[in-house]
Order: sequence, then structure tokens, then C-alpha cells
Amino acid sequence: MAETRIPVAKTYKIYLGGKFPRTESGRYFPFNAADGTVIANMCRGSLKDFRNSVVAARSAFAGWSASTAYLRGQILYRIAEMLEGRNEQFVSELVLQGVSKRKAVKEVEASIDRLIYYAGWSDKYQQIFSSVNPVSSSHFNFSVLEPTGVVGILAPENSSLLGLVSNIAPVIVGGNTCVVLASESLPLCAISFAEVLHSSDVPGGVVNLLTGFKDELRDQFASHMDVNAVVFCDGDAEISKIIQEKAADNVKHVISRRDQDWSSEKSQNPYLISETQETKTTWHPIGS
Amino acid sequence: MSTDSTKLAFNDGWQYAPAPESIDHIQIDDHYGLFINGEFVAPEIDRYFESLNPATEKPLSNIALASEKDVDRAVKAARKAYTGVWSKMSGADRGKYLFRIARIMQECAREFATIESLDGGKPIRESRDIDIPLAAAHFFYYAGWADKLEYAFPARTPVSLGVVGQIIPWNFPLLMAAWKIAPALACGNTVVLKPAETTSLTAMKLAEVFRDAGLPPGVVNIVTGAGPTGAAIVNHPDVNKVAFTGSTEVGKIIQRSLAGTDKKYTLELGGKAANIIFADAAIDEAVEGIVNGIFFNQGHVCCAGSRLLVQESVADEVVRKLRDRMETLIIGDPLDKNTDIGAINSAGQLETIESYLSIGQAEGAEMYQSDCSVPDQGYWCRPTIFTGVSQSNRIVQEEIFGPVLAIQTFRTLEEGLTKANNTPYGLSGGVWTDKGSKVFKMTQKIRAGVIWANTFNKFDPTSPFGGYKESGVGREGGMHGLGAYLKLEA
Repeated sequence: MAETRIPVAKTYKIYLGGKFPRTESGRYFPFNAADGTVIANMCRGSLKDFRNSVVAARSAFAGWSASTAYLRGQILYRIAEMLEGRNEQFVSELVLQGVSKRKAVKEVEASIDRLIYYAGWSDKYQQIFSSVNPVSSSHFNFSVLEPTGVVGILAPENSSLLGLVSNIAPVIVGGNTCVVLASESLPLCAISFAEVLHSSDVPGGVVNLLTGFKDELRDQFASHMDVNAVVFCDGDAEISKIIQEKAADNVKHVISRRDQDWSSEKSQNPYLISETQETKTTWHPIGS
Repeated sequence: MSTDSTKLAFNDGWQYAPAPESIDHIQIDDHYGLFINGEFVAPEIDRYFESLNPATEKPLSNIALASEKDVDRAVKAARKAYTGVWSKMSGADRGKYLFRIARIMQECAREFATIESLDGGKPIRESRDIDIPLAAAHFFYYAGWADKLEYAFPARTPVSLGVVGQIIPWNFPLLMAAWKIAPALACGNTVVLKPAETTSLTAMKLAEVFRDAGLPPGVVNIVTGAGPTGAAIVNHPDVNKVAFTGSTEVGKIIQRSLAGTDKKYTLELGGKAANIIFADAAIDEAVEGIVNGIFFNQGHVCCAGSRLLVQESVADEVVRKLRDRMETLIIGDPLDKNTDIGAINSAGQLETIESYLSIGQAEGAEMYQSDCSVPDQGYWCRPTIFTGVSQSNRIVQEEIFGPVLAIQTFRTLEEGLTKANNTPYGLSGGVWTDKGSKVFKMTQKIRAGVIWANTFNKFDPTSPFGGYKESGVGREGGMHGLGAYLKLEA
């Protein structure tokens, strides 16, 4: 009698403050394969989940922003290592989400390479964008970049893994912490990526990942008073108008990355790091 | 008054003889039109408003009130100049115009300084030694960038934006115009600028400089008026970028109104800077820094050190020395070279400041004002400090924009930092300590765009300026200021 092993299905939860809780709301939305098979019940994250994530991200900010550039680079490299090791899992998830095998392989490879790319920038972008300013008085004056703080990321809808990685990496390599809403229609890789982050020495709270409905959560990404910048990758003119309006409540940076081809090499550059950085200028007298 | 025998008493016995700057060398017209397409033109609707001397409350001139139609004319002139002339001109040639403008400003510096103090109320020493030289220096600095932009942005091609709309405040009228116009032109854009309604005069004189420098018509257009004129610039569909310096309240309105457009923007907004004095600081120097931090330009400074955080063990000494120093400050005629504190810019601003004096007292803080006399005419506020304030007091959290200092104490470095960072603003900060490692710890941890260590309120064209949090978006000045006026193509 041939025995067929019953596979163990995975429970997809959210990633908040370095833990994997279910949404506090107890709500879910089903994710089905192309043939209609139920793959998972995803957490339908709530506004309260979002607010809790911002608290976690804010708490993690002091430590992460003060960590050395070298350490952040090593941790980003570690994320790439972990992703490489789980390569096949991500390929199969992408396939479940309807991507061809060939494209899935390419997407995972590109995601790993993108992490390496930004890992390498960790201790270099500062040197590109900083300056010593020759003021006409007896002062030493210099400008450096500092992370802006907590960044809300509305990840691209149509690029489940590569788009997600391409937006998280430049934000965290610069010392920011973030709260991310995963692609609503392609949510599987995001939560598996959270597991990769979790095993890569990324301190809890640096990246918080929610799944759920964009229409329900988007406004609060833009309006929350303790979020310093919002990055959004989709939405028509009306939606981006609303995001920009609400962002004005606390003069957030608004970064629109719509219509970006994340598979292109042009979608990786240090200017994407600088978009969530502040410039700080320091003066000190030169004297005796 | 203190009876301490070591106190310096400046105000009894010897008096300073008046040393007023003469005004016979300046030329202010009775009426100023709008500067559109290289000439002064009448507004579409025949409306003018008075610009007052805040030290005397007497009118200086009549300024055209620009309507939406006038703004449209200005934008059209700017667009025509952009497509026809300025965007085609080489960077080197743009730079030559900017150098020439800087030179003429230097030649006319005395007239500019005098008019600035007459129209805005700031002491002539400040307009003469800071505002006007720095304004000219900004043109000189950015002139040199005009043909070197590609060196500022590795692996990118910088491209001008088009027509930029710029709205500036009344606290540093000419300097703010220079901060805005010089980088915009260097980067190949054309400009529609609106000065603040209480301080239009030096912008009008600057328009004369542009004309005399032969700057092609329409490259800079200056429209005068109040809020609605500014709104017409912000909302004009053919403006590609908006640069605003002013209050956080108006900044938010502008950010909202730009939502859904592709216009770029930079916002330089309010502040509530903490000036942090450690026990190991050079106390006498720190006291000078506190005075400069809050009483410079009557406290009409977005980056003013309007909160003093002083370490508990030296708090009594610092406050005593500060009060003594305040007694030596001379308040009065802005044109007098002895004057330390000039006139409050407008009746409206004086009212705002006075309302905060009441609020501070009602919240339970103890107010102290220096004894100096003030003139009968004009708008004046004595240098003021509040002690016994707590972090949640409105005079600690809100920008007053006047010579009013809120004083708090702290024990540990961490407590000082926490208090410093606990406002919605993040424009500037100050730290005073003799210990280098503490300087760096503090300057790294204060969440603000400009930090002065063992100094305060220093400015330079090469030095980027701008805020974190609700103090704004973007930087002006220095190499970083170029990014605000360019798009970067891969």
C-alpha cells in the first residue's frame, strides 16, 4: 500500500516588532492559487496593527540608526545569504502566485543581488552625499546624511518579492526603520521574506510587515503623525493625491515610485537611499 | 537689578550717543509696480498697499497688489524666458549674469541695508553686516555652480525644472530672496517670486539690480501681495516647482494644495530650537550664544534658539548672567548703529508675541523682561525670558517668532536630549560644552537639520540649511541646495 505523505501547510502571519503574531483583528483574507485551491488565509491587518507596528519601528529606530554602517552592511549581506539558502521556497511561492518558473528563478536571483548591491552601499553613500563646507568664517562646517526616521512603505502590487526587497533595502541600509504593507494580491513572499529577515540579525522592529487591504490601510500610512516618510508604488492620480494631502499633516516626505520596472538595473541606485535621508549640517568654531 | 558688585552696569552714568545711519543716500519710490518681463508694470486692478516702517508706523511706499491675473502674466513671462532664452543659455553665461548681480548688490549694499532696516525693523548692524553681504555672497556662490552642475551629482545628468514659484518671509527679506533666486537661476530655471507683504522694498530694489544687470526679461519676475497672491503662484498650473519659507501652518496648506500635481517643492518652516548648555561649557561665551540665539533679529528667526536647556548645576549662574546681559541690550531705532534689538516687524506679529507672553504667564511660568526703555511710536517687545516652564507648556512647544526665551533645566545628557527633541520641529539646535566627545554625541542625537556647537545662528552660502520633522522638506544652500532646483536623469 503506497503511502502519500500529507504535507504541512504554512500559516502566514504578520511580522511585528520581531515577532510573528496574527492580526489583532482576528480577520483574514484567502489567498488562492490560480486553479482555485486555497493556499493560505492571510492576515487582514488592521489599523491597530499598523499603529502597533509604528510603535515597534519607532522603538527600534534609536538602536538601528546608531548602529555602524559596517554592521548594517553585514546584516544586509546576511539577509542575502539567508534568501539564497531559501531560494527554492521563494521560487515555488512565486510560481504559486502565478509566475512562470523561469521568471520566478530570475526574480529571486535579482532580489538576492539587490540586497548585496545595497549591502555594499552601507558605508559608501555617506561619502558620496556628505560635504565639508568652506564657510567664510572661522568655523568647521560639515553636512552628513542621517536617516529620516520611521518610513511607511506601500510595496508594489505586481512585484511580490523583488519590488518588496527593492524598497525595503535602501530604507534600512540608511538606518531607518519601516512598516511595510505587502502586495495585496501577491502576499506570500512578503511573509516568507519576514522569516528571512528574522534569521538575519535584523533587530526586531526594524522591518515590520503587514498583509491586508490597501484601501483600508493606505490612508493611515500617509497620515500617521509618527511616520516621517511614506513610499508608495501604486495607485492612480486620485490615490496619490490623497496620500500627498494626508502626508501634509506632519510634513512627511512623500516618495512616489509608481510605474517602476523593478527588474531593471536602473531601479537600484544610491539616490533611492538618499530619498529617505535628512541632511544635517554642523558648525563648530575653530579657535584656541 | 542685581546688587552683585561684579556686575557690569552699562545703563547708569554713561549713555551711548545716537549714531543713526543717514537716509539721504537711498531712493524709495512712492509707488512700486510689479516686476514682470523685465519692467515695472501696473497691476491689472489698480490696487496698492502701504509698506510701513515698523519703528515709526509711518508709510514708506505703496506696493502693487498682484491678482491672480498678474501672477498669470508673471508665469507666462517666466515660461517665455525659460523656453526662449534661459534654458538655452550655457551655464557659464548664466553664471556671468549671477556674478554681475552679486557685484551690483555689493555696490549698493549700503542702500540695501538702510532700506532693509527701515522697512523691516531690524538693526542696521545686522542688515549691514549679515543680511546684505550674505545675500550678495549667495549670488556669488551659486554663480560659480551654474556651469559645474554635473559635478554635484555622480552618474546623473542634471536638468532644469522650468518655472519656479517662490514665496519668502519677512524676517530676512533680501537674504531669503537671494537664497531662493540664486540657486534657481544657476540651475537654469526662471522665477516668479513673491516677497512678504510687510517687506517688499528690498525685493523691488533687487528687481532694479536685475534690470541694471541686463538679466534677460522674464527670467525673474517679482509679484507683490499677501496670502492670496502666494496661493495663485502655488496653484498656477504652469509652475513646475514651489519653494516656500514661512510658518509650518502655511507650509502644510501648501503641501496639501500641491497634492496630485507633479510640482516639486521645498519647504523651510518653523522651529523651536533648543540651545543646550552643559555645566562644563564656557559660561560667559554660552551666555553670548543664548543672547545671539534668541535676540538676534528680534527673535524673528525660524532657527532661533528659543528654548534654553541648562544643566541644573549651572542654571542659577547662567540665568543670572543672562539677566545681567539682557540689561545691557539697547532696544530702539533700527537705523542706530548702537541698537541691539530693533522693531517688531508688524502690529500683527507684536500681537502674536504679546499673546504668548500672556499664555506663558497663565501657564504658570515666571516672566522676566529687561528694564530698557522703548520708543513711544512703533512696535516693540523687550527681551523676555520665562523660567519655571514645563515641556508641555505652549511657550515650549510652539514657535513664537519673537524675543522670548523659555528656560528649562536638565540633569543628565539623556534628559537634555529627550527634552530637546520633544517638539514637532527639527530645524536647528545648539550645544555648549568644552568636551569634544560630548559635542559629537549631542550633535549626532539632536534631530535637527542645522546644529551649532559652541556657536549659534551662523549662516553661509556654502552651508546647507533646512529642517527635520515638521520644520520642512529639502535643503537650501550649499551643494545640497542645488538638488531642489534640478531633476536628475540617469
